[in-house]
Amino acid sequence: MGKLLRKTFSKFCAFPYKDNMKDLPTPFHDWFATKGWSIHPHQQAMLERADDPATLLIAPTGGGKTMAGFLPTLAELADGHHDGLHTLYVSPLKALAADIKRNLRTPVEEMGLPIRIDDRTGDTPQSRKKRQRADPPHILLTTPESLALLTSYEDAARTFKGLRRVVVDEIHALAESKRGDQLMLALARLQSLCPDLRRVGLSATVEDPEAIAHFLARHPDPCPILLADPGPAPDIQMLETAQAPPWAGGGAAYAIPAVMQQIKAHRTTLIFHNTRAQAEIFFHNLWLANDDALPIGIHHGSLDRVQRERVEGAMVRGDLRAIVCTGSLDLGIDWGDVDLVIQIGAPKNVKRLVQRIGRANHRYNAPSKALLVPANRFEVVECRAALEAAQAGDLDGDPRGAGPRDVLCQHILIAACAGPFDAGDLYCEMITSGAYATLTRPQFDACLDFCATGGYALKAYDQWQRLLQRPDGQWQLRDPRAAARIRMNLGTIQDSDKLKVRLKRSRGGKPLGEVEEAFAASLTPGDTFLIGGQTVRYESLREMTVEVTRQPGRKPKIATFSGTKFATSTQLSARILEMLKQDAWPELPPHTADWLQLQRRVSQMPRAGRLLIESFPHDGRAHSCIYGFAGRNAQQTLGLLLTKRMEDLGLDPLGFVSTDYATLIWSLEEIREPAPLFDLDTLRDGLDGWLAGNAVMKRAFRGAATIAGLIERNTGGQRKSGRQATFSSDILYDTLRKYDPNHLMLDITREEALRGLVDFGRIEEMLTRINGRIDLRRLERITPLAAPLLLEMGKVPVKGAGVEKLMQQEAEALMQASGLAGLSG
Amino acid sequence: MTLAPVRGTRQEHIMNGFDFTLCGARLMALGSGALWWAEHRLLCVSDLHLGKAERIARRGGTHLPPYETRDTLTRLQDALEATGARQVICLGDSFDDDASARALASEDKLWITRLMAGRTWVWIEGNHDPGPVELGGSHLAQMELGPLTFRHIAQDAATGEVSGHYHPKARLRGGSRPAFLLDQRRLILPAFGTYTGGLRSQAPVLNSLMDSKALAILTGPTALPIPMPR
Repeated sequence: MGKLLRKTFSKFCAFPYKDNMKDLPTPFHDWFATKGWSIHPHQQAMLERADDPATLLIAPTGGGKTMAGFLPTLAELADGHHDGLHTLYVSPLKALAADIKRNLRTPVEEMGLPIRIDDRTGDTPQSRKKRQRADPPHILLTTPESLALLTSYEDAARTFKGLRRVVVDEIHALAESKRGDQLMLALARLQSLCPDLRRVGLSATVEDPEAIAHFLARHPDPCPILLADPGPAPDIQMLETAQAPPWAGGGAAYAIPAVMQQIKAHRTTLIFHNTRAQAEIFFHNLWLANDDALPIGIHHGSLDRVQRERVEGAMVRGDLRAIVCTGSLDLGIDWGDVDLVIQIGAPKNVKRLVQRIGRANHRYNAPSKALLVPANRFEVVECRAALEAAQAGDLDGDPRGAGPRDVLCQHILIAACAGPFDAGDLYCEMITSGAYATLTRPQFDACLDFCATGGYALKAYDQWQRLLQRPDGQWQLRDPRAAARIRMNLGTIQDSDKLKVRLKRSRGGKPLGEVEEAFAASLTPGDTFLIGGQTVRYESLREMTVEVTRQPGRKPKIATFSGTKFATSTQLSARILEMLKQDAWPELPPHTADWLQLQRRVSQMPRAGRLLIESFPHDGRAHSCIYGFAGRNAQQTLGLLLTKRMEDLGLDPLGFVSTDYATLIWSLEEIREPAPLFDLDTLRDGLDGWLAGNAVMKRAFRGAATIAGLIERNTGGQRKSGRQATFSSDILYDTLRKYDPNHLMLDITREEALRGLVDFGRIEEMLTRINGRIDLRRLERITPLAAPLLLEMGKVPVKGAGVEKLMQQEAEALMQASGLAGLSG
Repeated sequence: MTLAPVRGTRQEHIMNGFDFTLCGARLMALGSGALWWAEHRLLCVSDLHLGKAERIARRGGTHLPPYETRDTLTRLQDALEATGARQVICLGDSFDDDASARALASEDKLWITRLMAGRTWVWIEGNHDPGPVELGGSHLAQMELGPLTFRHIAQDAATGEVSGHYHPKARLRGGSRPAFLLDQRRLILPAFGTYTGGLRSQAPVLNSLMDSKALAILTGPTALPIPMPR
């Protein structure tokens, strides 16, 4: 039996067969009877609601969700009367589309149903894709990007003729990303082509089902929510270790022996990490401690696809005792045999924790078992708070706000590829998508103008407009050949420039995975780093491929990926602040409780409604620790903005470091009057003025400009042909800021800055929360809560005017060292 | 990702430079990316690529911010004013192609004419713009002056040669900047145009052109010489 069957049909086993399948055609009755299976209540409910325009099903992992989504389709198609495409299934993962195709075929064939099923993703061969457009299957399984591409063809109306249902799987994940926004705009298009189209969303447990329902349904249609039985509460605990966690850091190496014990005591363990770098280092250490040579694998998004598939295959066969992994296993195929999930490092976000825990033990009525492993002392508090939130079912998540306009620009271009369109009609269609319901017509028109002319204050492209308005008022591509280029740049996935890593061989060695270009640029031959659990030595860069050799046994010099660092969610931060208010902490291990008591004695506890700033001398410098509890990204931004202000005020800041809960700044002069530093308007000016030139903002610009179609994605060929042909998007950003500061793309970039990496929204939230109540504690020495920050990695030096001086010193040193100093001049 | 504060742009710094001698000619590589030859009051810039945004749009590409001509000319004007140059050599690829020279906005043409007024102005042919323009000045395939030869693309055996074309850049302290490449026989200029990328000094073609003692002079707030990264 295939995986999907395990995933879906085996759940019927919990219910002995009874004849409750009134809406199912005879072949289904017979087939279920043969198997001795019955149907879940929520699957029955989905059948009963099959005619509703939109339904959102929320079920725990392993609840037979996918089958619940497909049963009405199979029932409707059973009589063989439907011609053409009937149901579109969209999931965020290519692998899931392929897997479901494989496994849906089994019941269809066994029941002898006249149903054709096919998948379509970036991996599907061209010939098959062509056939699908001309003669679509009854059920098409695809991804948001492939669907967007399908809607961009001139024959889209024919391809989708007769479409009745769309099933969006893992919608909770899509609803958090631009991929989801793009998908919903595509569904708005399909709804215009097929007015009777019904929508079904399948979601894991989320904090705000209404928000997902709003995201799914055609606005303003209602969207009933079906809640499946969530099953028994998970069994979550903190891992007990002989050794206390260290004061700082994220590796959790101290817990290796205890984790090894747990692996031995369970059948299969998933070990989740928050970053790829941490996963690599942990796997490396785990392997060194693996005296019994248990089969343990590693899986993350930067590994080569073949390697990942090998690990997935071994997992499905039950060959592995443990997988060290990252978010790459948050979604997708269910591993039926997992009986323990270990989360290394604080989960940062309760919702993700609960979803990860759901990956264990997919038998419907068994509790999932999970262990949390704090990586450092403060994370003991955070893990405890997360654990309590998970047990209370108190999930977190930030409302996403209005749909991003870069995705909207791309959608306008996609519409133009499919044929001439009326701007008013397109606008009305777009605002039926929940995320864009509040989009105004002037906002839409600005995006359309951007697509047509570039939208610049200087009207330079009248002759070369991308879109032209015809005499009848319809818009179309000026040059129809542009459609091919637009299609090549379609999609919203942000892949920072990555380089392949291969073993060095005479004829192209084995691919190991990818690293970011910025990381590759920092390497010099001889550097060693970890990838896919092995230590490799950097040899050379050839044709945009990083060539390495194996260096077993050598200690890796550098961590590999800068990767995304999740920030602790607003809700979880609030819970931690709540915990800190307690008189005592009997629920925490003594080493952590004592530490908190000591902090209270020598200074005070940070509190939700006030901002604590500790000021103390250390190592001959003034130090200020600002407990904002705003999450890592916002604290980092705060550090940048505050040090700039301090420089203006002559306090000579030298550097800072940030964690999820605090920013520690060191300077020559101490902060005596903090209030002016935390004026919201001043900080906002800093964001618009000085921070706007920062690398983070440039990165946000590049992402938005690529999605909106201002920058074309680098294709391999272009890059090989010589780098002088292309130039950095930073130049475009600087030029726009200088000559056209009100341009749409800068507006979108600013909007992005409020969330994500800059996360200025969290700074605003914090300043509102403290409302001017600042406690400055001037102390004689470093405090217990501040001490770990000194040990943190990722200290940011404040270069100020000093950056040129440092470069000059280094240049002179190089000239001297090479003996070239006296050559010229 | 680096979050280090970055301040200042290369536009803001003109008259800092690195003095050197090439085949007896005393030259200065300016932080702006222009070359100054005081003896002849001569300023040389390479690869302006004026009209690049227009050309990309014309050829079916995207609509880049159409301000690069304005920005390049502003920086060129600053360099002319800071040095008081009487002679100017544009070392090729001054326009992104012939059509973009013709398509230049009339105020930009006027601007260039104003810059040219009262100066000896030479347009060297580039591979992008073989035969410009109605703008006046002299149009030459290459030009010799004293010990130096100015041409667009470096030739293997040349001596005393000043060229452009490759848009060299070099890396120091994790950051990459446009750079002059200098050895005993030749100098290669960085691109002066705003919308220009760069070719790493490690590229094989640059490695084979430059001898083992070559320098890379980084542009920026200060012109910084370093051994050419290979």
